[in-house]
Amino acid sequence: MKKLSFVLLLFASAAYSQPVESVKLAELQKIIHRSSDKSLVINFWATWCAPCIKELPHFEKLQQENKNVDVILVSMDYDLDPNIDKVNRFQSKKKIQSRILFLTESNPNAWIEKIDKKWSGALPATLVINSKTGKREFVQGELGEGEIEKLLSKVTN
Amino acid sequence: MKTIILTALVALLCAGAPIKEGYEVGDTAVDFKLKNVDGKMVSLADYKDAKGFILIFDCNTCPYSKAYNERIIALNKKYSAAGYPVLAINPNDPSKSSGDSFGEMVKLAKKKGYDFPYLADESQSVAKSFGATNTPHAFVLTKELKIAYIGAIDDSARKAEGVTKKYVEEAVDALIAGKAVSTTKTKAIGCGIRWKSA
Repeated sequence: MKKLSFVLLLFASAAYSQPVESVKLAELQKIIHRSSDKSLVINFWATWCAPCIKELPHFEKLQQENKNVDVILVSMDYDLDPNIDKVNRFQSKKKIQSRILFLTESNPNAWIEKIDKKWSGALPATLVINSKTGKREFVQGELGEGEIEKLLSKVTN
Repeated sequence: MKTIILTALVALLCAGAPIKEGYEVGDTAVDFKLKNVDGKMVSLADYKDAKGFILIFDCNTCPYSKAYNERIIALNKKYSAAGYPVLAINPNDPSKSSGDSFGEMVKLAKKKGYDFPYLADESQSVAKSFGATNTPHAFVLTKELKIAYIGAIDDSARKAEGVTKKYVEEAVDALIAGKAVSTTKTKAIGCGIRWKSA
């Protein structure tokens, strides 16, 4: 029994130990335009953004429960604080298991529209993509219970 | 008969037109009446001598608003004398963000020594008609309330020293000089307006 709980503990810690990855816009765009059988849910957030933190559990739950979806949390903290440490600390404190990217680009006016034309740059924002067909849905604002699932069914049907 | 066809045509055209969310550059804004932190109601029409306006949707709580606070105060110092006063409007729903209540707005305006109105858009209708999405979100208007610029105050939220493009200042300077505004629209990362639940 002791052994089992030790193994379980190892699993649990391994699950949220994937490091926060620093990325440039080009790498993020490659992910957005990837081809895959799995759908993609990209949430744009920041450690300072209260409504982002409030909706975070919905993304975490989706990531754990739906194996046909890849959830990526893209931190927009760089614009105010270029140091990744804050995001690392946030990840370990909140034990976040979804993949976190830290976008290291200045001058947002030059690239916000490249992520989605509908985006004003306000946080939070969520992009849902069917990586097989390229069909996408973009929503600006906080999502409630069940709303990500609705967006997912919109891009799959 | 002609009228019927015309009416039907107009109805058809209206039905087919996409629902427009907020003003675009070149549109003429509708004046508003909002409560200032001093308790008085403020409209753009109250400014008889203004040559234009710098409207900034802003709030108490957003770290971007905090980063721009001194810069907004400086904008009013620089441009109100030239006929382009700053008016700050807080559209956040206090039930979603308690730090944006009217009482907290009064406190911040006092603490920072705002010498420009800080208005509460309680119904959020002004933010909606302008199509504001972020805080801070700046709109530069002519005297006739024609929108000349929509977007960020400048291109460096983090530090005033890092600014290479002062978008709002460039727009107002162009209006003062009677020239066309060169950059009329920009986008920036920021706090989404805390809308009331539908």
